Amino acid sequence: MKKLGRFYAGLMYLLLYAPILVMVLYSFNAKKSTSTLSFSYGAEKYTFGHWYREVFASGGALIPLRNSLILALLTAFISMVMGTLAAYALYKLRLKYVKRVITSVTNIPMMNPDIVTGLSMMLLFATTFYVMGAGGTGFATLLIAHVTFCLPYVILSIMPRLRQMDKNLPEAAMDLGCTPIQSFFMVQLPFLAPAVLSGFVMAFTLSLDDYVVSLFTSGPSFETLPIYVYNMARRSVPPSIYAISTLFLVLVLGLLILSNTMQSRLEKKISSHSERTQKNQ
Amino acid sequence: MNKNRNAKYMSMLSLHSVWCVIFIVVPLLFVLYYTFTDEQGHLTMGNFLYLGTPEILKCFGISIAYALAATVVCLLLAYPLAMVIANIPAKNRSLATLLVMLPMWVSFIIRTYTLKNLFNDNGIINQLLEAFVGLLKNIPAFSSMDFTPIRFIGTSGLIILGMVYDFFPYMVMPIVNVLTGIDPRLHEAAYDLGCTPWTGFLRVTLPLSRSGIVSGITMVFVPAVSTFYISSTLSGGLVSLVGDKIEAAFLTEGNFNRGSALSFVLMILILLSLFVMNRFGDKESEELAP
Repeated sequence: MKKLGRFYAGLMYLLLYAPILVMVLYSFNAKKSTSTLSFSYGAEKYTFGHWYREVFASGGALIPLRNSLILALLTAFISMVMGTLAAYALYKLRLKYVKRVITSVTNIPMMNPDIVTGLSMMLLFATTFYVMGAGGTGFATLLIAHVTFCLPYVILSIMPRLRQMDKNLPEAAMDLGCTPIQSFFMVQLPFLAPAVLSGFVMAFTLSLDDYVVSLFTSGPSFETLPIYVYNMARRSVPPSIYAISTLFLVLVLGLLILSNTMQSRLEKKISSHSERTQKNQ
Repeated sequence: MNKNRNAKYMSMLSLHSVWCVIFIVVPLLFVLYYTFTDEQGHLTMGNFLYLGTPEILKCFGISIAYALAATVVCLLLAYPLAMVIANIPAKNRSLATLLVMLPMWVSFIIRTYTLKNLFNDNGIINQLLEAFVGLLKNIPAFSSMDFTPIRFIGTSGLIILGMVYDFFPYMVMPIVNVLTGIDPRLHEAAYDLGCTPWTGFLRVTLPLSRSGIVSGITMVFVPAVSTFYISSTLSGGLVSLVGDKIEAAFLTEGNFNRGSALSFVLMILILLSLFVMNRFGDKESEELAP
């Protein structure tokens, strides 16, 4: 039974990664078209690794990549700060009804299909620009849209950690002479840190990967990588796009490993810290 | 004291609340406004006449059928995998879940396109089949065999496969989360009380994992029923789902009223199915969603 389970899991992983493998293979394609796969580099002028060199030489994809990273970082930072504040206040608030209404409204972008979130924002922005008689979609509209759909995920990742927090923790901090603000920043926030960080990572990746909401809220002045890829894919997909995506996957993998080690280190630090304080008592 | 305290937290929430009203509630009101007006801004129900045309009704029908099929296939494939992952020791489990999530970080446009590369008329699968037939020809008995590429593009099977592939991790993760939370002693108790592994699964594991199944189903069904890229890519533009119609209405035709009416109905449909689904799940399903 156990062997059967292992076999099944192996098969599922294989199927999950087969298209990813196809992507990596095509990034080394010897032909300009991606309709057929070929590795006979001599037949045409393309050598091994040609598409990777092209990505950096033509620079076409580097600007969208940079845009995507800037947008994702800012989105993650803003939604982390706003989400932490909101989650903390929502947790502490004793007005059940208000709490429920705010939570449900916040969660709408998570429940709604992305396409509806995107187009509803497009309507808001289009009308605003029409009334103002100026302006257009671009970086600002994208940032607003991304923060809005990332917020519920950040709050959702912080809430369980808040519930785990000892209710006496803030009181103990204040008994020991903290002001409420000090108690928040020096005692409660460090306890919440792993959840806040995972909210940040989640917002970062959601923003980085999003293309449906971006399609409706971006303008020609600011193109993110998924939008750039989408626009290219409409005509035909050159292997350089697979090369960008492969590079991108490697980049994300690196970030993921980094955040995982950071998170486990933080958790270790906190647990060793609490052990020490327990011993001291 | 209590009043003071609430006032403090309300003020902390004010920025968040204002943000949510402006960027979530108001945009949805715009959708509502465009749904019930025509291009001149007059109140009308005319957009619903458009929705009642056979073309659009059929489009809704296909979208729901495909999304349902994809959700069922996802559930059937994901549940056993989630059980295997949940039984891995905690230390390796995070790696196993990370491996499930990792393909999600390749833009789903690319993932869909690689599926197209695999299943094209001259795609990898057909190339492999051709090579296989070529090998068979060396054997005298098969020498008269001819290869004609199999046409996958545009079939409903391939579009459903695309949905299954793109949204599969969304089904696995919540089920893993729920399964790892089940007290292992419950299984022991079930066996002690005379359950076979199969009845133990049916009577203990399955009912306890219901909230994970419910959130998995919603997390696959919602994006699947509203997708536009998967269908247009994997059918070569032949099949258009509700999402395709909405995208076209907004981004190519510029007909906000029809687009809004389509998305209004889509939203109602999804709300109804969420409501029905949540009646089957526990209240916890909300918290376990992502």
